[in-house]
Amino acid sequence: MNVIEAAGLGKRYGSTWALRECSLAIPDGHVVALVGPNGAGKTTLLNLAVGLTAPSAGTVTVLGGTPAGSPVARDGIAFVAQDAPLHKNLSVADMLHLTRNLNLRFDQGYATARLGELAIPLDRKAGKLSGGQQAQLALTLALSRRPQLLVLDEPMASLDPLARHDFMATVMAAMADDGVSVVLSSHALAELERVADYLVILSRGSVQVAGEVDDLLACHRVLSGPDADADRYAEHLNVVHALHSKAQTHLLIRTDGRTEPVPPGWKARSISLEELALAYLREPGAASLPGPRRARHAEPTELAR
Amino acid sequence: MSSIEFSLDPASGVPTYLQLVHQVEHALRLGSLELGDQLPRVKDVVASLAINPNTVAKAYRELETKGLTVGRPGQGTFIQSTLNPVALAELTVLRRSLLGWLATADTAGLDEDGIVALFTSVLRDFRERQGGSGSRPGATSDESEGVA
Repeated sequence: MNVIEAAGLGKRYGSTWALRECSLAIPDGHVVALVGPNGAGKTTLLNLAVGLTAPSAGTVTVLGGTPAGSPVARDGIAFVAQDAPLHKNLSVADMLHLTRNLNLRFDQGYATARLGELAIPLDRKAGKLSGGQQAQLALTLALSRRPQLLVLDEPMASLDPLARHDFMATVMAAMADDGVSVVLSSHALAELERVADYLVILSRGSVQVAGEVDDLLACHRVLSGPDADADRYAEHLNVVHALHSKAQTHLLIRTDGRTEPVPPGWKARSISLEELALAYLREPGAASLPGPRRARHAEPTELAR
Repeated sequence: MSSIEFSLDPASGVPTYLQLVHQVEHALRLGSLELGDQLPRVKDVVASLAINPNTVAKAYRELETKGLTVGRPGQGTFIQSTLNPVALAELTVLRRSLLGWLATADTAGLDEDGIVALFTSVLRDFRERQGGSGSRPGATSDESEGVA
């Protein structure tokens, strides 16, 4: 089942396309990291998927073909928007009450047990909780709806390192317990390395990279060698990003599973998720889409340059 | 109860699942994990390290493939073979003599990096003199991981 599937999806605000020709298919059972520079369309894509806004072009379905925004879709998806929006003047107990009454399904037992573990007092006003507690409250309310898909937009942006760790621990435990799929947007690449097993990079309103992290890492390598033969060597390769230091050139290449012999004087090594993401973010023209049911985005880029 | 507590080194560059695999192998070599011991439940590892459950499952699958553990449905993952051919008593003696050597090295003014460098180099010499077969059961070469 694909938790989010988009075909030719676009969203226009006035004369500006926030998202354009976006096609992707995200399978369930993953923690999907949605990465991209500011203005790349991450929030727009998430808002379209959860049904908060309607597409200007194309289609988006969720949870195995259900139209985004339909009652069934809304019931199966929980969304925590940026900065954990809560009614600041309501008490935690009132927030629980409100959420229970606004949703078809609400697991009161889970909610109170979880808030107890977190030592969040029920009579405290939401606005008086610490930033970490507010984030945990918003997350607990979302998870209490027992969603199949949890969507988080920049969930950790304003949290300190400890609160980030605890927040992600809650998300990961929910995934282990209930098999909830997770899609989250974030700029914290180093942190994503620990949690994400599926990566989507958006650039200038379209999908640049999509695929399972293991597959992506397996088909990229960094080659380092002398500047002098770099150009001649690079001609035969899919170079995503080239970095020149003193007399050395570092080529981040896409191997597509081929392991050609490394020429004398050159060294190859595997790469991290952070390196991979940074390389593509630096080269908005490069694309890698080995993900499932690769969409009609094929024409652009075999080679960055 | 399980007798291993996982931790992660984000700066190591080693994939998370491999770090978990290595830590189990390490504990097996040192005898802190023994036959029949239970590994922590996936859920508990996930909650303490805040990592993807798929990553833990992958590590446990890898350990099972290597024949080191066995998964019993509904119960958990258990150690079923050990990497350590040396009995615990003998290991204690070896550990004590190594401690003695470390004290000598320390007195001579060698710092930790120096000790590691010396040990690594002597170990390499030793292996080469033994014929360089270099067969270390359960050892993984990180360099080749995920590139092939």
